[in-house]
Amino acid sequence: MPDPLDAYIDAAGRALELPIDPAWNPAIRANLEVTLRLAAQVTEFALPDEAEPAPVFKA
Amino acid sequence: MGIDAWASAREIAGAVARGETSAATIVEAALARIEAHDRAINAFTAVVAERARAWARAVDLACTKGDPPGPLAGVPFAVKNLFDVEGLPTLAGSKINRERAPAARDATLIARLEAAGAVLVGALNMGEYAYDFTGENIHDGPSRNPHDVARMTGGSSGGSGAAVAGGLVPLALGSDTNGSIRVPASLCGLFGLKPTYGRLSRARAFPFVSSLDHVGPLARTAADLALAYDAMQGHDPDDPVCADRPAEPALPALDRGTAGLRVAVAGGYFRRGAFPEAFAAVDLVAKALGATREIELPEAQRARAAAYVITTAEGASLHLSRLRTRARDYDPAVRDRLIAGAMVPATLVDKAQKFRRWYRARVLALFETVDAILAPATPCTAPAIGQQNFVLDGVTLPVRANLGIFTQPISFIGLPVVAVPVPLKPLPIGVQVIAAPWRESDALRVARALERAGIANGSPVA
Repeated sequence: MPDPLDAYIDAAGRALELPIDPAWNPAIRANLEVTLRLAAQVTEFALPDEAEPAPVFKA
Repeated sequence: MGIDAWASAREIAGAVARGETSAATIVEAALARIEAHDRAINAFTAVVAERARAWARAVDLACTKGDPPGPLAGVPFAVKNLFDVEGLPTLAGSKINRERAPAARDATLIARLEAAGAVLVGALNMGEYAYDFTGENIHDGPSRNPHDVARMTGGSSGGSGAAVAGGLVPLALGSDTNGSIRVPASLCGLFGLKPTYGRLSRARAFPFVSSLDHVGPLARTAADLALAYDAMQGHDPDDPVCADRPAEPALPALDRGTAGLRVAVAGGYFRRGAFPEAFAAVDLVAKALGATREIELPEAQRARAAAYVITTAEGASLHLSRLRTRARDYDPAVRDRLIAGAMVPATLVDKAQKFRRWYRARVLALFETVDAILAPATPCTAPAIGQQNFVLDGVTLPVRANLGIFTQPISFIGLPVVAVPVPLKPLPIGVQVIAAPWRESDALRVARALERAGIANGSPVA
């Protein structure tokens, strides 16, 4: 069974129509791992349901 | 004082206005310096000599006719090659953009500097598509630090740092999404201003991350930063982010000193994870300002993480179609980060934008009791060109992503910052003077006071 992150990169690359050379996979994976680790720092921080995003659109 | 390679923009403009020299003479000397010395530091990717000579003649003609010469009369300047320069393709440090049609119009900031009498002499090297803190460029070669050409300039505005620190021009423009003005200012020993998000127009500057992109000047003196900043202020409908508020000139109050300004040192996150020289520089500055209070920017590490997530996802969005068709024409280090960024779920980006508003509110509350906050600009002095990793607090980390650990939590919420150069030996390092939104003038006042006290010094290379 493939590693879940490798499988995700493979599936996302196909879904997004990104022509990824297999030789690039280790670096892409390393970058995605860093991003997901940092994103986890953000998502584990509890915000109220009412929290608004920083950019505010004005009609 | 004679007008040599190290003359400030203010000295040059004064000498031109008084008729002691001409813009043509100044510009010819700058072009000769670029010809003689740029090979060593690789700052320029294009020199617009004929355009520069023509505009210098126009500035001189205006002086001869008795017209106001402008606050930057005859001052040569250059711009990071992501700014549109009429007649040149806007490279943004890339191979792919070399195929773009020549720009039809100058970027707004170029037009504003030239309207003040300054003279554009060329475009400057940068990290590919600004996704960089090193100043290295696989297509054009690395920009080199004038303090030691075997070392990085920092980036992504690497050519901007090299050109000013190397005495080729007294003024350059850069862009700063996560630290790309402040990092090269720190490693090259220069003053750099990242204004409030939305203060200066980004019109006709190649984007990277719209949520976080800023533009601003680098110079060897605080007064030159203020001069250029004042000349560039003002609303621009061509940049939807540019704020519709009146210009607030910084120069009139620049020499007022720091009386009345409450200065504190950023603690916690900003007091760990760096080499001793980064803290030594902050301590020197704090002592000179009598700043004994330490305050904590809450959740700064999380702020840096959120900026990282937004950057990689928005950067990937900008480049998605090129990644599909031209992936092999990118710098591999940039390409692989962008491809990974394209795969970040939207849920995580939205969370980061919500955290951003939370963090902004908490940090703005700090400015009720303080006017300026001091923090390191970089965790180290200039690393060697090609250096991949450094060890911070016992952890081995990639240089490329981590030179900006102290700048990212600040630009994340658009605060104005002046990076102030502290001339440690053997290499300089910068300190961030961070002010409340729209209070660039406070940060510039502090920078000028430090310069007058001999703590900050942006020139020349010893």
